[in-house]
Amino acid sequence: MRLEEGVGMGGSIPAKISRRQLFLKLLRVIYRQRYLQVMALLGVAWMIIFNYVPMYGIIIAFKNFDIIKPVSEAPWVGLEHFKAFLEDDNLGYVIKNTLGISILKLFIGFPLPIAFAILLNEVRSAFFKKTIQTISYLPHFLSWVILGGILATWLADVGIVNKLLMSVNLIEEPITYLAEPQFFWSIVITSDIWKELGWSAIIYLAAISSISPELYEAATIDGAGRFQKIWNITLPSIKGTVTILFILSVSGLLNSNFDQILVLRNSLNESASNVIDIYVYQMGIQLSRFSYATAVGLIKSVIALFLLLGANYFTKKLNGTSLF
Amino acid sequence: MLKMSRLTTRESVFDIVNFVFMLFICFITLYPIWYVLVNSLNDGTDAMRGGIYWFPRIFSMDSYKAVFANGGIMLAMWVTVAKTVVGTLVHVFFTAMVAYSFSRHDLVGRKFYMLLGTVTLFFSGGLIPYFLLIRDLNLLDSFWVYILPAAFSFFDLIIFLTFFRELPAGLEEAAKIDGANDFKIFYSIVIPVSMPVVATIMLFHGVYQWNDYFTGMIFINNMDLQPIQTYLYRVVAQSSSSQMAAAMPANIQKSVTSQSIKLATMVVTTAPIVIAYPFLQKYFVKGFMIGSIKG
Repeated sequence: MRLEEGVGMGGSIPAKISRRQLFLKLLRVIYRQRYLQVMALLGVAWMIIFNYVPMYGIIIAFKNFDIIKPVSEAPWVGLEHFKAFLEDDNLGYVIKNTLGISILKLFIGFPLPIAFAILLNEVRSAFFKKTIQTISYLPHFLSWVILGGILATWLADVGIVNKLLMSVNLIEEPITYLAEPQFFWSIVITSDIWKELGWSAIIYLAAISSISPELYEAATIDGAGRFQKIWNITLPSIKGTVTILFILSVSGLLNSNFDQILVLRNSLNESASNVIDIYVYQMGIQLSRFSYATAVGLIKSVIALFLLLGANYFTKKLNGTSLF
Repeated sequence: MLKMSRLTTRESVFDIVNFVFMLFICFITLYPIWYVLVNSLNDGTDAMRGGIYWFPRIFSMDSYKAVFANGGIMLAMWVTVAKTVVGTLVHVFFTAMVAYSFSRHDLVGRKFYMLLGTVTLFFSGGLIPYFLLIRDLNLLDSFWVYILPAAFSFFDLIIFLTFFRELPAGLEEAAKIDGANDFKIFYSIVIPVSMPVVATIMLFHGVYQWNDYFTGMIFINNMDLQPIQTYLYRVVAQSSSSQMAAAMPANIQKSVTSQSIKLATMVVTTAPIVIAYPFLQKYFVKGFMIGSIKG
């Protein structure tokens, strides 16, 4: 193709051609693909406005920003807001809740879809397998608001959970679960698993279905039982997929599912439900402490970036698989 | 039968346990949805006594009548429908267009553009700078706040990109010889052969638009512009009884309570997804694979 000759500015171009001629040639190529360039640059413009302008906006974390004046007029205050966060009384439980919920989600919510995918793959009837898949994906498509509504109904003092527990004499008095901080983490983890178990399993099912059937046939001839096949063929074959998703989960450790917690939290369970994202929302949007909230958000983004790089490095050393 | 007899006892026990376990998973997945449905179809006052687990005790459609007669709920429904239709069309067309240009190896600056996008996957400005941007763009209390900030996603671009790269190279040649420009090639040749991935992203983004309550909650104060999910959020999470009381019909029917209206609204809000879902399933599983291979 002629276009590619123009772009390829490698060694094939004779040394005689000057920089100026090269530049003109480049311009000609760009002009020839002007439609393509406009299509690409519209996307670039969108990214600059909606991704890069907010990144630039982070500078207000180092200023005392006042909503009625432009950012450039706000006075610089250095690291004052970061210090304020470190000295804040809320720091302890915000960190505890963020990490607590995320780590529990990682240790319980991460392996369960793998186990589910493997067990589902062992189901013999193709029809039944397909039906379970269809049903198990469904909750992923419900919104957290709807699920929050269901939970509020179920966990109310006259709700089905209390009725059930009281009928088997496990509790004597009804409990308002969403008003008690001690139950909050369990509610968050359980409802998250309910919603995402089937959906998270898709990617593992895809990985399992791409394993060559010959491997299993050979193992059967060698007399391997089903558990041996799972252990020696299925698990090693999906190791790469598991690793990639693990890296992504670790980098998301500080993202404690804002949508979900915003629906389930209330002033009574505050001490167990206030996570970094919620704290940023409260400070920034509700109390208009823009600079302070931006500083807290920045701390989070930077730690998340390091977690990603760290997990990537760690798994690369450990089993040679990495995201980049 | 011959096949079965070859299995060891231990393995057939495993089969049975696994089967029962899978049935259990299906049950706990579907039952909460069923519970809301039967309770919403019961007489509201009677439902307050509780104990409706499998079927309505006193069947009544009054809660649904109240929902459909309620101006506020219906308006919020229409906002949701409008933002989902417009938002999804804009998102899919725009993201696919940019993805097509990025998929062309002759695009000058391609590597730099891709780098710009990749950075956004790993780092963002965060909530507050984003909020201030929306304010500066005058998108607060505007319908376009649902559309413009959601018009593009680099993650979806990668899914499109992976698909476009698999397209046969000769596809565009004929059109090029005929003198068609790149934009025309994109919408008249590339899009029609890319329906599987278009359908997938449409579904993903459609569900996002339908379910998103946060945008409406944070950027919209005008009640006439709030989508149904935001409306429900205010009712469910903040137990805003005033809004629910406003939802009660003027000639208060005994068979309807604020709880039964809430449940009926939840069902009406979820029904389109649950009904459309089995038909779209074959697309998204396939599309999810396309994305995950790259991912």
